[in-house]
Amino acid sequence: MAENTVILDGTGVKRALTRIAHEVLEKNKGVEGLVLVGIRTGGVHLAQELGARLSEIEGVEVPVGAVDITMYRDDIKGHHEHLPVGKTELPFSVEGKKVVLVDDVLFTGRTIRAAMDAIFDQGRPSCIQLAVLVDRGHRDLPIRADFVGRNVPTSRSENIMVAFDADNKPTEVILQK
Amino acid sequence: MGFRHKDIIALKDLTKEEIELLLDTADNLSEINQRDIKKVPTLRGKTVINLFYEASTRTRTSFEIAAKRLSADAVNITASTSSVVKGETLSDTAANILAMKPDIIVMRHSVSGAHEYLAKRVSCSVINAGDGAHEHPSQGLLDMLTMRQKFGKLAGLKVAIVGDITHSRVARSNIYGLTTMGAKVFLAGPPTMMPPGIERLGNVTVCKDMREAVDQADVVMMLRIQLERQGKTLLPSMREYSRYFGLNPTVLALAKKDAIVMHPGPINRGVELASSVADCDQSAIMKQVENGVAVRMAMLYHVCGGEPVE
Repeated sequence: MAENTVILDGTGVKRALTRIAHEVLEKNKGVEGLVLVGIRTGGVHLAQELGARLSEIEGVEVPVGAVDITMYRDDIKGHHEHLPVGKTELPFSVEGKKVVLVDDVLFTGRTIRAAMDAIFDQGRPSCIQLAVLVDRGHRDLPIRADFVGRNVPTSRSENIMVAFDADNKPTEVILQK
Repeated sequence: MGFRHKDIIALKDLTKEEIELLLDTADNLSEINQRDIKKVPTLRGKTVINLFYEASTRTRTSFEIAAKRLSADAVNITASTSSVVKGETLSDTAANILAMKPDIIVMRHSVSGAHEYLAKRVSCSVINAGDGAHEHPSQGLLDMLTMRQKFGKLAGLKVAIVGDITHSRVARSNIYGLTTMGAKVFLAGPPTMMPPGIERLGNVTVCKDMREAVDQADVVMMLRIQLERQGKTLLPSMREYSRYFGLNPTVLALAKKDAIVMHPGPINRGVELASSVADCDQSAIMKQVENGVAVRMAMLYHVCGGEPVE
């Protein structure tokens, strides 16, 4: 039977996001030229949360977009039934922007690679930084996050799940054994 | 849920959920067609052969663009420039094409059922781009996508389909697709072009007068009169057809105010559609063509790698 452990509760998630927001501002010296791009679906909700925090701190609206990576996956042959395709919604140009890519869990790095491919198909950003709520390790590719909410060493068989409420606000992070 | 068909031969074979999945995918993929770089790597390394036994510009180009936007390699074969003119059978053509290891064959054929015949003989996926007077599933799907984008749903819509119902594969695919999705279909056309017993297909009403079909309709879909074929034997004159079954501003005024006008093209201006209607604000004809690429991308995506239903 699956055993669930709460790694971050609601308060912990909020604290982690606030810290990431401050780190993003420090690294980029403000929000000038900054855009947030969430990876569907969890990453989009987190990008919106992070955007709200950045706006609160700086008093300036930070553009938030969404990228769907289904059409950029490298494991299409492994699926007998193709995954549902989501919509990429970038209501701004990424050309020359500092893009902060946001996802809920960083695992093999393949999703991030696909997301970077998807972004480069839309334009040439000046840089891409990566913010994740949880880094669980087990990278297949040389990718690391610039901003991490929590590092959680896991085994391959374990699963990390970020839960959201009906308003898409993150509520907790669970480790499923 | 997933899409579990190797081939897409007819909308009659698809469930409501499968149609919905194809429409959702197409809707999401349409974003790619708005980009500066209109290409994703999804079907990189796959080969799509467009095998067209009948003349077509719109559908063939649309499938070709769709394949290329998904990074597949698209090859076009038209019957008039192939060994078909030397007497090669469909079976032999298929065997030869298959030896070149394609992943998908998109075929248009003048014989109804040719695709089913082909699909049973090849291991790759087969997509029907129109077979005789049977079905034209990609057209049906792009029509439904256009309606859904405008009205947000298909269930409960009143759709009038006017023209040569008997010989129209577009009408047949729309009837199957729309009734499966819960729309109400009203048909009108000359009695010589109305197949007996078509009401048995489900939520379909045959109207004697075109005005009855168009009255309070959300969608008015006009079919092309095939001047090169039936026009000569089933109609007294084009003028008479246009008078009784042509869509002009007066007849269109009977439909709902926000109704849209559709046509699979190419239009016979002044026959089934008055020029002023074809170019009016209610015309969704160019939107249909635009949606065609997205729908065909969705079809190629879902058949490529799909497993046949046991």
